[in-house]
Amino acid sequence: MIEIRSLHKSYGSLQVIKGIDASVAKGEVVCIVGPSGSGKSTILRCINGLESYEGGVIEIDGIKVERKSETIKAIRTEVAMVFQRFNLFPHRTVLENVIEGPVYVKKENRQQAIEHAMQLLESVGLAEKAEAFPSQLSGGQQQRIAIARALAMRPKAILFDEPTSALDPELVGDVLDVMRRLAETGMTMVVVTHEMQFAREVADRVLFIDQGVIVEQGPSADVLNNPQNLRTQDFLRRVLHPM
Amino acid sequence: MSEFLTQSWQFLPILLQGAWLTIQVTVGSLLLSTVLGLVWAAMRVSGVPVLAWISSAIINLLRGIPIIVLLFYIYFVMPDFGITMSALQAGIIGLGIAYSAYQAENFRAGIEAVDRGQLEAAQSMGMGWWLMMRRAVLPQAVKIVLPPYGNTMIMMLKDSSQASTITVAELALQGKLIATSTFQNATVFTLVALLYLIMCVPLILLVRHFEKRGSK
Repeated sequence: MIEIRSLHKSYGSLQVIKGIDASVAKGEVVCIVGPSGSGKSTILRCINGLESYEGGVIEIDGIKVERKSETIKAIRTEVAMVFQRFNLFPHRTVLENVIEGPVYVKKENRQQAIEHAMQLLESVGLAEKAEAFPSQLSGGQQQRIAIARALAMRPKAILFDEPTSALDPELVGDVLDVMRRLAETGMTMVVVTHEMQFAREVADRVLFIDQGVIVEQGPSADVLNNPQNLRTQDFLRRVLHPM
Repeated sequence: MSEFLTQSWQFLPILLQGAWLTIQVTVGSLLLSTVLGLVWAAMRVSGVPVLAWISSAIINLLRGIPIIVLLFYIYFVMPDFGITMSALQAGIIGLGIAYSAYQAENFRAGIEAVDRGQLEAAQSMGMGWWLMMRRAVLPQAVKIVLPPYGNTMIMMLKDSSQASTITVAELALQGKLIATSTFQNATVFTLVALLYLIMCVPLILLVRHFEKRGSK
């Protein structure tokens, strides 16, 4: 479903992605792990067209992703994104946030969009917060709303950019539970994360990225339990046993 | 004191006529500056280099020309090109155009102050530029822009007196005319100052309200 071939991306003279080849099949959950600054989030942002790239190709169902192209808006309605800092619209209620895309981008009937939104809010356990504003919610609740907002677009895939990194530790579990249940429904997911336990349990495959290249990839159990590459081993040791 | 009150009673009707013209100039030029300022700001943040450049050039040009010169140009030079208008119209257009540069900078600052993540959230759900501005950016920018917008309103109210230079008989000019003919300078200009203050106080309170609301 998502094909990345020889992806190159630079910020000025700094090359952050140095030739990445990867693919994500329909229904697959792929976790991208690696040190900070390794280019993980940049890959997601390139897939969603939030960043342009200089070399290589990204295709979603055979359609090339280009930031400035006419097709990018259509691609974005099919590949939703969940951000590290939630990015809910603070001037709109939870319900308005969730129906914003369906009503104003996909031109869905407002009443049907509200019914769908309420189902989604129910599924993330926050139906009673429909009329609240984001500022009245905890970070974990906001991130679950952001996931409901992404799902409201009925996407083919969802990209998660470190969805739990901005949360207090006690709030991480609820968000990961929602993502775990989402994975069980067969949703295609690409998740940039530092939650190794989540990656081990939920991901079909794990990509370990360092300095803009894929250092190691494979089934999550193989990469996370029995890494072959020294850099992967070193990274996992530091993440799993920081002391 | 009683002399002041007697003279005030005598001068007030004429000064109130001037105050009414001051309000007309202020409201008219405020509307024009708001519309033009929005256009310049939209061009500046459009991401289209040529539009941003044109907007920047217009803003710098307007900021570099004194309001009084702009008023003279519109009222005295434009008729040479076949464009004639009343002094009031010229005053409103001149002040509106001049202040559009400051309004544009207010609006641009407000738009750019909206968190970048908000733009990305809107883009990532497939919104185009205009929809993103309308649904996500502008509603948030308005809250940021309102206090400086209120301050600009107060400045415009006071700068409307510059329209007197092209014969708009607004408050300051009416005051000057009365003072010249009666030599009651102290009474007349105290009254003029009080009337400006009375018109400004509601605006000052409005700005304070905006600031309080913005800080919540």
